[in-house]
Amino acid sequence: MSRTYVGMPAFPRAAARAVDDAVLRANLRRATHTIRDRRAAAVAELADWAQLRTAAAAIKDRTLRHLDHYLLRLEENVTRAGGTVHWAADADEANRIVTRLVRDTGEREVVKVKSMTTQETGLNAALEEAGIRAYETDLAELVVQLGDDLPSHLLVPAIHRNRAEIRELFRDRMGAWGRPAPEGLTDRPAELAEAARLHLREKFLRAKVAVSGANFMVAETGTLVVVESEGNGRMCLTLPETLISVVGIEKTVPAWRDLEVFLQLLPRSSTAERMNPYTTMWTGTTDGDGPSAFHLVLLDNGRSDALADVTGRQTLRCIRCSACLNVCPVYERAGGHAYGSPYPGPIGAVLTPQLRGTASPLEQSLPFASSLCGACYEVCPVAIDIPEVLLHLRERVVEGGEATVRGVRTVVRPARRRALEGAAARAAGLVLDHPAALRRAQRLLYRTRGLHPRRLPGPGRAWSAARDLPPVPEESFRDWWARTRGDGAGRGGTA
Amino acid sequence: MRVALFVTCVNDTLYPATGRAVVTLLERLGVRVEFPAAQSCCGQPLFNSGHRRPTEPLVRRYTEVFAGYDHVVTPSASCAAMVREQYPRIAARAGDGGALAAAVAEVAARTRELTEFLVDVLGVTDVGARFPRTVAYHPTCHGLRALGLGDRPRRLLEQVDGLRLREPAGAQECCGFGGTFAVKNAAVSAAMGTDKARALVATGADVVCAVDNSCLAHLGGILARRGSRVRPLHLAEILASRDGSGA
Repeated sequence: MSRTYVGMPAFPRAAARAVDDAVLRANLRRATHTIRDRRAAAVAELADWAQLRTAAAAIKDRTLRHLDHYLLRLEENVTRAGGTVHWAADADEANRIVTRLVRDTGEREVVKVKSMTTQETGLNAALEEAGIRAYETDLAELVVQLGDDLPSHLLVPAIHRNRAEIRELFRDRMGAWGRPAPEGLTDRPAELAEAARLHLREKFLRAKVAVSGANFMVAETGTLVVVESEGNGRMCLTLPETLISVVGIEKTVPAWRDLEVFLQLLPRSSTAERMNPYTTMWTGTTDGDGPSAFHLVLLDNGRSDALADVTGRQTLRCIRCSACLNVCPVYERAGGHAYGSPYPGPIGAVLTPQLRGTASPLEQSLPFASSLCGACYEVCPVAIDIPEVLLHLRERVVEGGEATVRGVRTVVRPARRRALEGAAARAAGLVLDHPAALRRAQRLLYRTRGLHPRRLPGPGRAWSAARDLPPVPEESFRDWWARTRGDGAGRGGTA
Repeated sequence: MRVALFVTCVNDTLYPATGRAVVTLLERLGVRVEFPAAQSCCGQPLFNSGHRRPTEPLVRRYTEVFAGYDHVVTPSASCAAMVREQYPRIAARAGDGGALAAAVAEVAARTRELTEFLVDVLGVTDVGARFPRTVAYHPTCHGLRALGLGDRPRRLLEQVDGLRLREPAGAQECCGFGGTFAVKNAAVSAAMGTDKARALVATGADVVCAVDNSCLAHLGGILARRGSRVRPLHLAEILASRDGSGA
């Protein structure tokens, strides 16, 4: 069984559940803080980090501005090098294409390189329905698959699991998927890794078809790039006869030389390494070397909609490094599953509502899953101003407005159940825009000091459940000023 | 030099002592400060909740009320960040041919958070304060990352007579307030605040100090609920203090 993200609850509910899970919080805290500190050290080594960041944002922005041009160039060059390019407007189309391609080979199983894009399309479940078994070969993805679980981090999908939990999963579940775990397996990392290595090696050697994503696609040469740490990617990308890569259209870069910037930014931001252990690059097919058939499935699935949005389009610069997750205090406590998509954390909070639209409660809640502390923007290697996009999407949810949905320019209506809040906001705006009214409200508050409850009713209950209320003063600042300095001391009109 | 105080609605209503401390402090430093009574809220709670349209009149009001001053000083990094960072974005969409955008450009550049005004404009770090307590300074997110206050608050605190300054672990992490986030995602907000409160208590400080009373209301509320004796106090009240009582 492959679990999917369908029917996940809105963020606050799922997050509240995660907050109560002490083991999960300890796992996440340990993992994110370790990688956070190491990233900071790796980034501090480069004197030109700020310039690299600016260059990366500029390259991505230019590419996105002319994406139609670069995609056609990419198609031309992949085709010339012996590959076949397929265009998928949405997840279903991508899954249909991949399923057909696998069927055409006559195989019933595929090995997979870790890929967020195929998580996004729900490919494993689609293949399963067609009687094709997909084996995840990234260690953490394997842990997720064995546990019938969902990824909770871009880079470390099983970050919510600790060693003891992984040992149990290996011991109990590996046998059902292939070679069982060795007898007497302990939770020592080296032993766990060896168990996974033995289990996966069988798959690598047997597989005739591999499915991957890609970190970059170079338009000028038709080259795809996969950046990884474990070597499972190298195995999948070189051993099988057929390779199918499913890649989001925004992963395009114009030229080979652009990789110079990204291959410095990505490893330091994601794993805090100067250079990742394996970088695999391939251009079409080569006789007697690697897969003899190569298919590239270019996926839109909402990306063109995001591209049409002036403020939102910067989200498409993302290189999926996960630095924003690792510094996010909300992610650290809510965990990845609360974000209801393969894209958790701050980037997920802005990406998912753009890819899927804001019609349902989960997507409507995501732009609010942030205290707007700005730590994500600070570490983002491609300078996505995530707080700016969050605010932009909050407005879309609350007030509606123009947006492109499935390629059509539409006027989005305000989310349901926001009508009451909208009326309250307009009323608050009105009071605040009339200082005399504000003053009356303040005086009412002070006159009733003795009557205030220690716990607030209504929406305020969420505040006073965990916090004492501040003491209410006897008079406002403006009344103190008027009493001691006289009303006319200020300019700019009267109250 | 004409200086206006933008006290902010939270300080005006719930923390008037902070506003009074700013006046005391600035007057002691020889600055005559005015309080335009037509001022209101910067609009941040509305805007951050997605209500851009009702925010726009508050942006316009701010530009009208504070036009013509050399400096607008505010004891809130968060509200200063709203004016400097978000007002231009809101004004750009006002659809009035750029009139509001021009007014915003004029006044936003002259809006300064208190420590910026003290250090950058007045050029002082020793304001002649005395506060013989152990103080943990919490750098709020908007002060740290939106305004880039850097070490300004710290430099001011280091000059306060008798004050022992403590650095909490994970100082740069958000306290979990986040405006309406505290209510909309109450569980996560409280968890963040509780972790922050623990780090503050661990410093052994008597007082937690910041440049934003909204974050302090959240932190102070959690500290009090946990029975802690650590008391929240705005930086201005420490800087205005002469006898150690906090303004």
